[in-house]
Amino acid sequence: MPHVTVRFFALYAELAGRETTRIAVPATATVSDVLAQVRESVPGARALPARPLAAVNLRQVKLDARVKDGDEVALLPPLSGG
Amino acid sequence: MMTYLVHAPIDVAALLAGVQGPERGGTCVFLGTVRGDDGVTAIDYSAYDEMAITEIDRMLAEARERWPDARVTLQHRLGTVPVGEASIAIAAAAPHRDGAFTACRYVIEEVKKRLPIWKKELHADGTTTWVDPSGKQVAGGLRDR
Repeated sequence: MPHVTVRFFALYAELAGRETTRIAVPATATVSDVLAQVRESVPGARALPARPLAAVNLRQVKLDARVKDGDEVALLPPLSGG
Repeated sequence: MMTYLVHAPIDVAALLAGVQGPERGGTCVFLGTVRGDDGVTAIDYSAYDEMAITEIDRMLAEARERWPDARVTLQHRLGTVPVGEASIAIAAAAPHRDGAFTACRYVIEEVKKRLPIWKKELHADGTTTWVDPSGKQVAGGLRDR
């Protein structure tokens, strides 16, 4: 089964109570599926918004983007750099 | 290569040295500094470092493509930045002022849209607030930009 690494940042890391987790996903999984699974396995992650910004392998993606084994999925609070 | 993310005060002179040259007669610098709104004493900046560096490379490459005669670079400071100190500096130089201003403006606007960096305001009373530019309520309060 493919595995992805999920990273939480800033407010989301505080809510999740951690910065990273690793989960197994079905071969056809999307970022949305990853998010659903994260909400199950990391209780604090249930406080994340329904449709957060996400990136896969350092690039912003929509939630219907597919993931594959070894991907890094990042959940990003609203950006506020500058 | 320029180090885009730094944990110490930004050296603007070094940024300028990276973009200026005898062919480029116009240079402009944008500095974003921490405002002392409502008891804010400092802002703590954190980043998704690897993605931020990659995005900065992409946006500077886009600027090079659009304004081939211009040179643009930037630094973003991370960690605790006190009120009045710069969190970001962008330097752009071009043969003429129009190119310098336009390229500089392009990069700061892209930074605001795309850079995975987050601000947490530190207040004099010891409380903290995550900044959400979308205007939605977040734990502890509401802030613009």
